[in-house]
Amino acid sequence: MNKNRKTLKMPVRYLMNAVLVVLLFLALSYMTGNMLSTYQNKVLMTVGINIILAVSLNVATGYLGQLPLGHAGFMAVGAYTCALFTKYSPLPDGVSFAIGLALGAVMAGLFGVLIGVPALRLTGDYLAILTLGFGEIIRITLNNIDDVLGYSLFYGSKGLKNIPKYSNFANVFLCVVITCFLIHAMMKSRHGRAVLAIRDNEIAAESCGIQTTYYKVMAFAFSAAFAGLAGGLYACYIGVLNPSTFGFMKSIEILVMVVLGGMGSMLGSILSATVLTILPEATRSFDSYRMVIYSLVLVLMMIFRPGGLLGSYDFSMSRIVEKVMNGELFHKKNADKEGADHE
Amino acid sequence: MAQTLLKVDNINVFYGNIHAVKDVSFEVNEGEIVTLIGANGAGKSTTLKTISGLLHPKTGDVLYKGKSIKGVRAHKIVEAGLAQVPEGRHVFLHMTVEENLDMGAYTQPASTIAPNKEKVFELFPRLKERRKQLAGTMSGGEQQMLAMGRALMSNASMLMLDEPSMGLSPLLVQEIFDIIQNIHKEGMTILLVEQNAQMALSVADRAYVLETGRVVMDGTGAELLTNERVRSAYLGG
Repeated sequence: MNKNRKTLKMPVRYLMNAVLVVLLFLALSYMTGNMLSTYQNKVLMTVGINIILAVSLNVATGYLGQLPLGHAGFMAVGAYTCALFTKYSPLPDGVSFAIGLALGAVMAGLFGVLIGVPALRLTGDYLAILTLGFGEIIRITLNNIDDVLGYSLFYGSKGLKNIPKYSNFANVFLCVVITCFLIHAMMKSRHGRAVLAIRDNEIAAESCGIQTTYYKVMAFAFSAAFAGLAGGLYACYIGVLNPSTFGFMKSIEILVMVVLGGMGSMLGSILSATVLTILPEATRSFDSYRMVIYSLVLVLMMIFRPGGLLGSYDFSMSRIVEKVMNGELFHKKNADKEGADHE
Repeated sequence: MAQTLLKVDNINVFYGNIHAVKDVSFEVNEGEIVTLIGANGAGKSTTLKTISGLLHPKTGDVLYKGKSIKGVRAHKIVEAGLAQVPEGRHVFLHMTVEENLDMGAYTQPASTIAPNKEKVFELFPRLKERRKQLAGTMSGGEQQMLAMGRALMSNASMLMLDEPSMGLSPLLVQEIFDIIQNIHKEGMTILLVEQNAQMALSVADRAYVLETGRVVMDGTGAELLTNERVRSAYLGG
């Protein structure tokens, strides 16, 4: 039935997506330069950082099907690593920022492996509690160590100050694109298939010859590493790090973004991270009622769309273009029905 | 006589302090259907899980093609050609029939997928009809067929089935056992664990009876089917 269907070749797909990303970048950077106030620009950067956090948590929550509550902990690891490196490194700005971000991601990834190995023996609420505990350990440790071997490094609860503010719209945007691309590529690969199979049925996955432990830890570490990247961006955006930022509520906030967007949908995470970052800012004029609005939106969402904004639907530009090429954009429903009738 | 493909040598398996499998020994020769029968808690599934690497024996050894596979990780055992269909119809509910089969070939090079899939569709025409259907929307019997078909995708030389008839209607049980015999005819060695002793013994070349963790009897399927003790204990008189 579908044999004569026109399809796009992979390079064409990549090119098309690349062009779209560049256009989006140009549009947004024009806006940041000309239309948006400083405050709005800051919100835009927070959106970018939150997108990275949500998309990365989505790997562990949506794709792997676990419920970790310590994402802020990984973010803190990345943030402090990047902050300390950029603060003391003698390298030129751009280089030191790039290395700092990479180091932050790697360090958070290592912590992901460290926590993942014991944590992923558990599932469900047990895993949630274990990762919650881990997140708190990170926060409390950072709160209480002022110096390391006599050198003042972390400054404890006083906060780490004077971090160079390297983050700007362009590099945050670049990091968002890199994160989304790498996670997308990972999930479309053989490894991603294995992760999805484990989520679906771990016993069946094992009997297919998939190394379940390895892939679970890998996905978890992958998720942690990107949280570290977001942490690094955050550190160099805000300029001051205080351990209390990375508390339990931050983890919950990220989780809410993922659940609201639809677990397992990358576009869902992106959208809901955007909405949930802008919403409390946009409703600032309602004063203290704004948190009520925020909570109401969540309650209503969960009642009317328990699967999240997009469910597990994922957006694909190429799929739409292919449909247009085949003239079936508006006949989609009929085609689906035919398929169903066959059974 | 054909070669011994799998040899279980005096294994003892524990769950914590509970001694679940006691000094169990048996062997499966190439091209045979061997069945382990016994009541609930006799240690049948535990034995199977030990062979497939999910549990490890405290003492004793498991030899596959003459090599010890004791302590080898489960995925390595699948790669070695010992496929398992776990108890309870474990299929990937959110994937289509074809995707499920693709997952079965996970350890194999991609070039084997198409020919193996043809073979599976020949054995299970019903899966071919439903190739685009989500596994979660299929009936229990179809899911069992899919789980078996998926195991066949791994180019295995031996197939281990854990309670394939569990929870199926008599008609479907008959169908599943017909398929098992068809798979066997194509040269597959099969180790079958069953509670449905009647069916299992009627297809098996040889059988072992397990009782509270020990092998208490063995013989050919036909022998055991007429054995007085087996009849009264497992076949209802």
